[in-house]
Amino acid sequence: MTGKNNGFALPRRVILQGVASVALLGLGKIAFGAAPAFAANDKYPDEAFKQKSSDDAIKLLYGKTAEKSDKIKLDAPEIAENGAVVPIAVSSTLSDVTAIAFLVAENPNALVAAYKIPAGTMPSVANRIKMARTSNVIVVVEAGGKLYSTSKEVKVTVGGCGG
Amino acid sequence: MTIRRRDFLTLAGVAALSGGLPRTARSAETAYDLERFGNARILHMTDTHAQLLPVYFREPSVNLGIGAMQGKPPHLVGRAFLDRFGIRPDSAEAYAFTFLDFEKSAGRFGKLGGFAHLKTLIDRLRQEAGPGRSLLLDGGDLWQGTGLANTMQGADMVEAANLLGIEAMTGHWEFTYGEQALRSNLARFKGEFLAQNVFLTEEAAFNDAKAFDPASGRVFKPATIKEIGGHRVAVIGQAFPYVPIAHPKRFTPDWTFGIRDDELQKLVNTLRTTDKVDAVVLLSHNGMDVDLKLASRVSGIDVILGGHTHDAVPQPIPVTNAGGTTLVTNAGSSGKFLGVLDLELAKGKVADVRYRLLPVFSELLKPDPAMAALIGKMREPHAAAYATKLATSDRLLYRRGNFGGTVDQLICDALLGEFDAEIALSPGFRWGNSVLPGQPVTMEDVLTETAMSYPETYVLKMTGGQIKDVLEDVCDNLFNADPYYQQGGDMVRVGGLTYACSPTESVGRRISDLKLGNGKSLEAGKSYRVAGWASVNEQQGVPVWDVFAKHLRAGKMPAQRGTGVTLKGVDDNPGIAGQG
Repeated sequence: MTGKNNGFALPRRVILQGVASVALLGLGKIAFGAAPAFAANDKYPDEAFKQKSSDDAIKLLYGKTAEKSDKIKLDAPEIAENGAVVPIAVSSTLSDVTAIAFLVAENPNALVAAYKIPAGTMPSVANRIKMARTSNVIVVVEAGGKLYSTSKEVKVTVGGCGG
Repeated sequence: MTIRRRDFLTLAGVAALSGGLPRTARSAETAYDLERFGNARILHMTDTHAQLLPVYFREPSVNLGIGAMQGKPPHLVGRAFLDRFGIRPDSAEAYAFTFLDFEKSAGRFGKLGGFAHLKTLIDRLRQEAGPGRSLLLDGGDLWQGTGLANTMQGADMVEAANLLGIEAMTGHWEFTYGEQALRSNLARFKGEFLAQNVFLTEEAAFNDAKAFDPASGRVFKPATIKEIGGHRVAVIGQAFPYVPIAHPKRFTPDWTFGIRDDELQKLVNTLRTTDKVDAVVLLSHNGMDVDLKLASRVSGIDVILGGHTHDAVPQPIPVTNAGGTTLVTNAGSSGKFLGVLDLELAKGKVADVRYRLLPVFSELLKPDPAMAALIGKMREPHAAAYATKLATSDRLLYRRGNFGGTVDQLICDALLGEFDAEIALSPGFRWGNSVLPGQPVTMEDVLTETAMSYPETYVLKMTGGQIKDVLEDVCDNLFNADPYYQQGGDMVRVGGLTYACSPTESVGRRISDLKLGNGKSLEAGKSYRVAGWASVNEQQGVPVWDVFAKHLRAGKMPAQRGTGVTLKGVDDNPGIAGQG
């Protein structure tokens, strides 16, 4: 880490971006506290994170159901190399994105992370999620006041026995 | 020898190896005469598993395809395979490509492969193509599979590859020697190691780990452009996508793999539009089912030269996609076959293609003296140890098959005996040669079935529920209806246990009726003493080859038994020809 800035720049940017995204929820008050749009629902969504099922968590978070969209790009491995840290990334070409959330249907509590996307921000979030077992990973995107989703199965395996 | 020669004369020519020549002209010299075609020739070998010497290798009698894959290549065995590809029963090709009459035919047609024989064939095919008109590619699993390769961590195979003239390769088991050994081998490899789908983990990138391209995080060069036949051909490497899952992660802690369709598509697009190549070839270690799906999703690839699943498929399978058609091949294993892709290249496109998968009949090819000398020199320090006779086989020994082979039954017996275990588990690798009945079983044979970088045995307590979960998990890796969720390899072999398997079911519902050797049902909550080897978790036990050798030395082989697996719901599947 000492002064080798060349090969270093990009990975660091990627990581910083990830950290910033994760922190968005907590920093919301400080960074955007003045924005009236956030004032009403700025509270930590405690109840949503306690829900067992993904449907219940989505309903509590956004108060509506999501429709499938092909304008959400979800990058996730087919088979996780390590179930404890599964890298996933989401971006969307939907306009006016205001929120993105990750859910793992088979986890003890489905909701993994929920982000608020301030106006003018590129809707692109990367995260690492912990998965108890093979499950659908669901991404929900709120855009223009409507809710959209996509999903992908990520397999968590005990491994072994390659040809 | 004369009898064998006669067999070849009357039978080997059948697959149109020698085109329109009159039958009497066919001989050892003409069996490999190929009709001239095209302006560029690509030779493809894969999954040789370090077999420097010719081998007997029985192809599977069980290679089930599930869902959309049912009844389609590569999931055909025996007679269904011959019918699909128009191969005459009882011919030399039937012997090379299928398990049919294996013992009888082995006596008639002899061993296949061997690097000295391969060298002779490759040199001849390259000479025919003419200078600057050919390319030799290896699809990986070149460095692992013998005692010698394991001791030398693949260094022997780098020497052989250099003499053979391999110009580019990708990898799978190559990674299981760890980064240091891999890089040290690659420093001496005269060809290029290509892998578009191996990236630094974020941590490794942050810590400035070595990468071919720090900006993208690609650890290895993804592709190379070769000029052959006056045209530019791009070769992209696709390493085995699940190295850190199928093997201990400690060997590749800094690297992350995956299929990576999107990155591949971008790479193909760049090669097509920026580099203006005339053809794009994917040198793949995905496995054939994965390659077939990938070919439907990624456009712009002309041919996928595939490996990993050890499927010897005589003809390419065309797959249509958004950009046109991609041909998908798979070139078998153990040095038995050489893929010959003749291309008629034109500006910006492949105008025409001819493909053959040639069986390498060792008795029809004069061994190349330089390669034979190199192999002899490398083997010399170990020759006496390898030649040690441990037993005489009273049966055909083989491994390949979805659920079990006679070799693995003996390994499971050895584990049960050595560790006084109730249940033995042995991985379903697709490498491992065959030994004919009445032949001696040597230490070299034992190593050829077991040599790898994590051979430690283990004994542990597992509940019946955990054992079922393991079987379900491995079974899903083999039979998931979506090939992207498969890892290749075959079902874990069991000793002291029988079960029923319904491959067409979903995960968690395939395995049932688990019983111990004494006929009692396995209880989900009860603990059992389980022995095994090749765990992805670090183990401390003695290497499995010592356990196996000791068992063989002890005397008579136990009565032959079945795989212990009763199959359900696959009666009409042409991927099965009896319990194998």
